Amino acid sequence: MFGLSACDHVRVKVRLHNPRRDLDIEGPITIINLLARLDLNREAVLVVRDGELVPGDESLSDDDSIEIRPVISGGEQ
Amino acid sequence: MKCVTCREPAIIDIRRHNSNFCAEHFIEQCHRQVRKAIEEFSMFEKSDKILVAVSGGKDSLAIWDLLLDLGYTVDGLYIGLGIGDYSDTSLDYARAYAKTRSLHLIEVDVPTTFGFDIPNGSRAAKRVPCSACGLSKRHLFDEEAMKGGYDVLVTGHNLDDEAAVLFGNTLHWHTEYLGRQLPVLPARDGFPRKVKPLVRLAERETAAYCIVKGIDYLIDECPMAAGNKHLGYKNALNEIEAGSPGAKHSFYFGFLDRAAEFFAAEASIDREGLGACASCGAPTTSETCAFCRLVERAGGQLPERNGVNAVAVDLGPTRLGVVQ
Repeated sequence: MFGLSACDHVRVKVRLHNPRRDLDIEGPITIINLLARLDLNREAVLVVRDGELVPGDESLSDDDSIEIRPVISGGEQ
Repeated sequence: MKCVTCREPAIIDIRRHNSNFCAEHFIEQCHRQVRKAIEEFSMFEKSDKILVAVSGGKDSLAIWDLLLDLGYTVDGLYIGLGIGDYSDTSLDYARAYAKTRSLHLIEVDVPTTFGFDIPNGSRAAKRVPCSACGLSKRHLFDEEAMKGGYDVLVTGHNLDDEAAVLFGNTLHWHTEYLGRQLPVLPARDGFPRKVKPLVRLAERETAAYCIVKGIDYLIDECPMAAGNKHLGYKNALNEIEAGSPGAKHSFYFGFLDRAAEFFAAEASIDREGLGACASCGAPTTSETCAFCRLVERAGGQLPERNGVNAVAVDLGPTRLGVVQ
């Protein structure tokens, strides 16, 4: 599990797609740093919390639950 | 992060515009960009009968919604490709959007109508799935637009799509395709006018638009598309964009401004010598069009077009015959 430590702190819950999977990340952490830590390109994803967009400079803390939603799609035109 | 317009907290940054927006002004920004594309490239008028190709994904639902917001009257067209649960779910999203807004959605199901699906049909025809899918959709978009008497067919191709296709065509110097890679393809013998009003919006913005507007769309990628070249080109361009915001816009719009015209003559060559497909009447340079050849190789069959219920439809000089 990414960022998991031995102690049982409450953590930021992160859902990823393609394939769908869930991670626990230790907070606090900004969106920009989270994406960098997961090696995700900011141009290729959006971060959503409770159905609303979360801006890049926002800091996530324990108990936050977010979804990192890919935006790249499409086959041959 | 503050909204560039009202200084309230922003929800999204658009680095190529060096701007951040709150929800209200982000929607305004999307409206502005689509309106600008429609006007700049003379795509259509309010009086035109418009058909939008809808997949249930973010781009097609966003452009349908944007055009409605801007005061256009637009019907939807969904093509079912028989890609298992993916197709079933995508149809659910398209239907849900249309139903909640009382919109007209035309549905064409390839397995039911033509007797093959993309996963098995492409294998039997020895074609890459995305190639068979793209060919089928283009053919059926054209056919339904002409049958329905629509003035224009709208597709949800966005800036990332166009930049990625341009990247691929340039990488391999497919000069015959470069001259056709325009935001507007005019109507011609048997083909409807085709337009791409999302060319000024990146796909991160079309996804954000859907989230802000509460439009549910299919998030998961098509299982057949995994690992295809087009997605690889998008990833490569996004790496460049991350270090050089505006690179995709500059690449695509620079091409339109300064290079596309040099490839126009070559692109027009294949428009010559069009005749009607012997099977379906669609314009083609061969005796049988590429879609009908795909149907045959995929083990499907073309619907009976001269049956009892067939009615004559004027589909243009080369799109002859009758359709059901």
